[in-house]
Amino acid sequence: MRSNLKSMRAMILKEFRELRRDHRTMGMLIGMPVLLLVVFGYAANFTVDNVPTATVGPQAEQVAQQVEVIAQAPFDVVEVDPGGNAATAEDLLQRDSVDVAIDTGQQPPVAYIDGSSLFTAQTSIAAFNRLGDQVTVEILFNPELKTSWVMVPAIIGLILTFIGTIITSIGMVKEKQTGTIEQLAVMPIKPSTVILGKILPYFLLATLDMVLVTVLGMVLFDVPFNGSVGVFAIGAGLFLFVVLGLGVFVSTISQNVGQAIQTAFFFLLPQILLSGFIFPLEAIPWGVRWISYFLPLTYFTMVSQGVMLRGAPLDALWFPLIMLAIMAVVIFTGAVLRFRRNLAPGDGRRSKPKVSA
Amino acid sequence: MSAHELTVRFGHVLALDAVSLQTPPGQITAVVGGDGAGKTTLLEALVDLVPIEAGSVDSPARSTIGFMPAGAGSWSELSVDENVAFVGGSYGLATDVLTTRADDLLTRAGLSDVRDRLAGQLSGGMRKKLGFCLAMLHEPQLLILDEPSTGLDPVSRVELWRLISEAAARGTAVVLTTTYLDEAERAGSVLVLERGRALLSGSPQDVVSSYPGVIVQTDSPTRPQFAWRHGTGYREWWPDDPPKGSTTTALTLEDVSIVASLRQEVGS
Repeated sequence: MRSNLKSMRAMILKEFRELRRDHRTMGMLIGMPVLLLVVFGYAANFTVDNVPTATVGPQAEQVAQQVEVIAQAPFDVVEVDPGGNAATAEDLLQRDSVDVAIDTGQQPPVAYIDGSSLFTAQTSIAAFNRLGDQVTVEILFNPELKTSWVMVPAIIGLILTFIGTIITSIGMVKEKQTGTIEQLAVMPIKPSTVILGKILPYFLLATLDMVLVTVLGMVLFDVPFNGSVGVFAIGAGLFLFVVLGLGVFVSTISQNVGQAIQTAFFFLLPQILLSGFIFPLEAIPWGVRWISYFLPLTYFTMVSQGVMLRGAPLDALWFPLIMLAIMAVVIFTGAVLRFRRNLAPGDGRRSKPKVSA
Repeated sequence: MSAHELTVRFGHVLALDAVSLQTPPGQITAVVGGDGAGKTTLLEALVDLVPIEAGSVDSPARSTIGFMPAGAGSWSELSVDENVAFVGGSYGLATDVLTTRADDLLTRAGLSDVRDRLAGQLSGGMRKKLGFCLAMLHEPQLLILDEPSTGLDPVSRVELWRLISEAAARGTAVVLTTTYLDEAERAGSVLVLERGRALLSGSPQDVVSSYPGVIVQTDSPTRPQFAWRHGTGYREWWPDDPPKGSTTTALTLEDVSIVASLRQEVGS
C-alpha cells in the first residue's frame, strides 16, 4: 500500500513537471478559460440595440426624427436622403451602409429591412410591429429570415479556415517532426519551390472544398447566390491566402503535429466566436469588438454574405476585400519567410559552392 | 569537400570549436565521438543546415551531395517506390535513368521485394537502407551519412556497410558519423570529436600508432582516472612504461578515443 502511494506520488509529480514545461497546454489550461470567459461573456449577446438606419423620400427628415424617439426603438439614423426612393433604400441595404431603410415616399412608409443581418432584422421587426399600421415592413435578401441562409456563407469561411490553418500546418510540420525537412533543405530545390509545392495541394483542396460546400449549401438549404461569382472568387482567393499563411505560420512555431493542432486551435476559436456570424458584430461591445476586426473570417463573412444574399457589387465590398488583401500579403509573406528560414538556416555564411568537387 | 576551422555556437554553447575536415574521393571518413560531441552539428554545418560562426566550408554543388539525416531519411507515408520517385524527381533525373538506378540500388540493398510497402512499415534496418538508397539515387560525388548504422542489428549493420563501401569503391567521397569504433576502424580516415573539439584525426592506423603509451589489462586498476571496464576486467592506459610484470596489449582505435577523452577531462 505504502509503495503504491509512493508510485502514485511519483507519477503525479512527473505529470505536473511535464505539464509545467508544456507552455501551450498550460496556456490552454489557464489562459484559455479566463480569456474565453471574459471575451465571450461580453461578446455573447444576441440583442442588438443599435441599428444603423436610413430614411429616404420627401418626409425623410421628419421620419428620421420620429423613429429615433420611438420608445425602446434601436434605430440610429445615419443617413437622410429626401431625394431618394425605394430603389435608393434597397441600394443602401445592398451595400450594407445601413440595416434598415425607410421609404417615406409611400403611404404608409415602407421599412426595408436587411434579412442577411438576422438579429438586427429581428430586433427591427419587433420594434416596427409595436407601431402597428403606421409602417409597412418588407424584408429583403432573406424574406423568411432563415438562419441557414445567413450561416452557410459564413460556414464556407469557417471550413476554409479549418482546412487552411489546421490541415496545412499539419502537412508542413510533419516534415519537421520526421526530420525530412533537413533532406528537403539539402536537396537542390529552391526553398520557394519547396514551399509552393507544399502549399499548392492545400490551395487546390481548399478551393475544391469551397466549391463543394457552396454548391451543397445552395442545394440543401436553398441559399441563394445573388451576386457575382467573380467577386466571391476574389474574396475567397484572398481569404485562402490568409488562412494558408496562418497554417504555414503555425507550422513554423510548432515542433510536432500535436503542437500544431493546439496552436491552430488558438487561431480558430476566436474566429468562430468573434467574426460576427454567431454573435452579430453590432452587438459586441467595443472592448471586445476590436478583436473581430483583426480576424480574417470577419471580412470573408462580410464578402460571402454580401455576395450570396444581397448580391452586393465589387465596389460595395471594397473595405473587406482590401482588408483581406492586406492580411494576405502580410501573413502569407511573413509565414513563408519564416518557413524559408527553417529550410535554409545557415544561409549565406559560407564560401560559394563550386560547381564540381 | 573540405571544412576549415569550423566554429558553430548555439546560444552560449560552443558546439564546434575550429574543427577541420577533408573528404577525399573514394574514401570513407568517419566522425566519431560520444553523444553531444558535435558529430551531427559538423555534418549539418557541411550542408548549410546550421549557421557557421567562423571558418569556411568548400563544398560541391548541392546537386552532387547526397545526405541522409539521423532520423527517418524517407517519407513514412510514401511507399518505397514513391519515395524513390519523389527524390529522383526532385533531383531532375530522367525516368529511364531513375528506373535503372532504382532497380540497381534497391536490389543491392535487398529492398526489391518491398517496393510497394510504406516506408513507415519497414523494419529499422530496411528503413536505413532505403534512406541510403535515396541519398545515393543521383550518384552524388559526396555522400553525407548521419549515424547510418545506429540502432541496427549486427546483420543489418554489415549489409549497410557493404553498400557504403561499394559507394566509396566507385569513387564517392563518404563522410559518416558513428558511435561504433569498430566501424570507424574500417574508414580511410577518422576524426575524433569530444565536446566540439577535434581530439585526433588521420587514418585509423596512424591515429593508433602515433598515440603514446600502452594498455594494461588488469582486474585492479592503479590509475582509476585512466582505467575503464572492459569485459570482465579493466583496461588501463599507461603513457610510458607500465609496472613490471603487467600484461600489456597494443592500443586500438577504441582505446585511443577513450584515452583522448579521459585526458581531456582530467586536463593532462
